[in-house]
Amino acid sequence: GLMPGIAVGDPDDDSLTINGEIAIVTEAAAPAHTENLDTIYSGWRFRTDETQAVQMDDFDNPGMIGVENAMVDWATADGAAGKSCADCHGAAENMAGVRAVYPKWNEEQGRVTTLEMEVNNCRENRMDAKKWKYTGGDMTDMIALISSVSRGMPVNVAIDGPAQSTWEQGKELYYTRTGQLELSCANCHEDSYGMMIRADHLSQGHINGFPTYRLKNTKLNSVHARFKGCVRDTRAHTYKPGSDEFIALELYVASRGNGLSVEGPSVRN
Amino acid sequence: MRTAFGATAAILLTVSTGWSEVVKPQDVTYVEGAVETSLSGAPGDPILGAEVMNKGAGNCIACHQVTALNHLPFHGEIGPMLDGVADRWTEAELRGIVANAKVMFEGSMMPSFYRTDGFIRLGDAYTGDAHGDGEVQPLLTAQQVEDVVAYLMTLKEE
Ligand code: HEC
Ligand code: HEC
Ligand code: HEC
Repeated sequence: GLMPGIAVGDPDDDSLTINGEIAIVTEAAAPAHTENLDTIYSGWRFRTDETQAVQMDDFDNPGMIGVENAMVDWATADGAAGKSCADCHGAAENMAGVRAVYPKWNEEQGRVTTLEMEVNNCRENRMDAKKWKYTGGDMTDMIALISSVSRGMPVNVAIDGPAQSTWEQGKELYYTRTGQLELSCANCHEDSYGMMIRADHLSQGHINGFPTYRLKNTKLNSVHARFKGCVRDTRAHTYKPGSDEFIALELYVASRGNGLSVEGPSVRN
Repeated sequence: MRTAFGATAAILLTVSTGWSEVVKPQDVTYVEGAVETSLSGAPGDPILGAEVMNKGAGNCIACHQVTALNHLPFHGEIGPMLDGVADRWTEAELRGIVANAKVMFEGSMMPSFYRTDGFIRLGDAYTGDAHGDGEVQPLLTAQQVEDVVAYLMTLKEE
């Protein structure tokens, strides 16, 4: 754009280690397919020191309460089959590495699925239990648990092979200027990251930290709920959480952050 | 007699412009990005225009810094600082920029404040729902555009 004299502001120089032991990569060389960025940064790097500190210790991180809730669900039988997650999957730690590669092509279903879809697939088809609301508290807590055991592992979603057309659809959505304000994800998170938009310090909008505990609404927020909020703020008709559009967008946005560490549940404002 | 009649006619004309000469968003003529005449047919009020700059109306300071509005919190930095903007642009150019900045600056991130068509997935304000069949209102009324332009014309440094 024609913005002489305005340089892209920088993320800060802080580094993140959780509980003094889980080293988190918050800055990495951009993957080749993240075309217009040289370096990718976790959203953590754009938050204030006070907000950053809350994520550095699980005793301070309110998102860990959701993880604890989910640990109860993990071990509790639900549904007509009388089974719990633990009955089939063992300890929740066995999910280590799973968060890092989702969304992912599911051969059996012949489509890209998100973690939420996998959880509901197990609930409906393997437990005979009622599915959870896509962005509901039970679901988001469970995603926080599954994410927490992958913290520190690099995000590494596949964008080629059968996932490619979904990825392309997500990319198209990322660059589409929606609503009466005609803003795209790229306008805010690629062209303007590091700058202030009103009171908000814009990050690159990565999802390696999801679910995020937001100090603003004091709860864990899912990826699709965040997408919905950002699209709504362009005065647009949003897509629905769990829709094909948001699944595609999630795959694309996740891939832009390949190389950053899984951080969820993270803390943001 | 002729003079008196002329004066009466002039008054009638001025009165009628107040309501009949609002230029509709789709009828605005841009010449190199500028719009020559008042969109409302009336002059703008810079004091009301300063309010349009704030949240709840134009929210211009979400993206622009303005020293004269330092009493309002949180100025963004997406667009250029507007101090001295009246030295850089004429009134007609400022009107064009506010009404539809994308004519002056191709592909600009600045929203078009006086345009009602061509949107993708137009919503019902900030509800996230679809807009529906009702008439689309521009982000600012013709008079609000005039007010904000009048305010911008006060931002002189030279
Ligand atoms: C009756 C057995 C069973 C139960 C109960 C069950 N799952 Fe599964 N789950 C599976 C099988 C089988 C798969 C597919 C193979 C695999 O990836 O392990 C799977 C896959 C998954 C995946 C995708 C894993 C991957 O690596 O791609 C997630 C996430 C998951 N389950 C979560 C849950 C959660 C959370 C619960 C409880 C709410 C649950 N499952 C209950 C059997 C079960
Ligand atoms: C009008 C500006 C704007 C637009 C357009 C926008 N966002 Fe955002 N977004 C924000 C702001 C402000 C925040 C909060 C600060 C931050 O993390 O950048 C945010 C936060 C986020 C976050 C959370 C990042 C984190 O670390 O927790 C994600 C993910 C995100 N946006 C994705 C998107 C996607 C995908 C789109 C397009 C569908 C989009 N945004 C469009 C302004 C925008
Ligand atoms: C979402 C961001 C955004 C908002 C909101 C916004 N602008 Fe802008 N504005 C810009 C950008 C970016 C530019 C620079 C032009 C370009 O290169 O696209 C600009 C340019 C301008 C200019 C020309 C400045 C110069 O010095 O050349 C004026 C005047 C202006 N804007 C006024 C306004 C007014 C008045 C409002 C509110 C009614 C407003 N803007 C709202 C982003 C914004």
